[in-house]
Amino acid sequence: MYEHFFANPGTLLMGALTGLIFGFLLQKAHVTRFSVIAGQFLLKDFTVLKVMLTAVVVGAIGIYGMLLLGLLEPGQMHIKNATLLGNAVGGVIFGIGMAVLGYCPGTGVAAIGDGSRHAIAGLIGMLAGAGVYAEVYPSMKSSILGVGEFGEATLATATHLSPWWFIAALAVIAVVLFLILERAETRRAAAG
Amino acid sequence: MKNPISMPRWSPYVVGAGIGILSWITFLWMGEALGTSTTMVRANAAIQGLVAQDHVYNTAYLAKYAGTPEAPKPLFEWQFALVVMMIVGAFIAAKLGGSKFREHVPALWEWRFGRSRVFRYVAAFVGGAVLLFGARLAGGCTSGHGISGGLQLAASSWTFFIAMFIAGVATAFILYGWEGRKHV
Repeated sequence: MYEHFFANPGTLLMGALTGLIFGFLLQKAHVTRFSVIAGQFLLKDFTVLKVMLTAVVVGAIGIYGMLLLGLLEPGQMHIKNATLLGNAVGGVIFGIGMAVLGYCPGTGVAAIGDGSRHAIAGLIGMLAGAGVYAEVYPSMKSSILGVGEFGEATLATATHLSPWWFIAALAVIAVVLFLILERAETRRAAAG
Repeated sequence: MKNPISMPRWSPYVVGAGIGILSWITFLWMGEALGTSTTMVRANAAIQGLVAQDHVYNTAYLAKYAGTPEAPKPLFEWQFALVVMMIVGAFIAAKLGGSKFREHVPALWEWRFGRSRVFRYVAAFVGGAVLLFGARLAGGCTSGHGISGGLQLAASSWTFFIAMFIAGVATAFILYGWEGRKHV
């Protein structure tokens, strides 16, 4: 186990570089702060949604654009299997835990670098949670994970529509939502 | 114009676009998608392996990432390096922005549950354990599903994201109520 602990240095260097940039960006948006994430769930501070939705729209245009241009092969996608009951139940459990901790795994790890001490307790909890899941995995596999299996389905393949319809819809929703949010925030700031 | 590196905070749209572009790079040149929660499983396997290697290899979900005694897989791989360096990246961003931020008990938490550090740490531990369990059941977290899966339009990821958001909002209002909005 430990004699083969590390992947090759090139892979590690690329992962490290990506992590450095990812952590840097998360801190600069202040989504490494408990108050920002709790503020999102209390529907007061929409920073988290702004970051995520922008990342998804920009990312989608690039990835599907590269597919279209042949720069990226369909085999180079990383679509996770749809086990819809597991995705939904797991999502609910995740949301509950995230509201209590005030971080998700990525922002929680970055929060440690940003000066959050209680995020360290959260990280230790995450490691423990991974162990608990590993112990009960066989029973999950034979129950929840078998319901609603659709393989590597996307919204496009499931509906037989072009992915660009969804990307365009997402972009429009994002822009409209952002305009509404910015206006409301300007008005609130003016009201003091 | 002020140097953006030393600005304490950037526009969320700039950061979001940056993460989107970072995804292009990882897909195209690294053959990887941004994610973080699988690393918690690998780290758990590495820690358990110190005292009980057999148990790791005999536990199906850990063996998925640790491999077999004959053909072990590297536990410290691309995403593990990413997760470790996220701490450093956030630290550099905070210091360059002039931040002196340090937090043991968040203000909102203190208003609702008091200033006890021990209670906050225990709650953070439990919250972390619960969310990671959920992430593994769902097959990803806010980065793997929320961003990487979302941008690929994956059915699994959008299901996760909507469920997660609704549960998070409901839990936050149960914990803090409408009054809590004054403290964030």
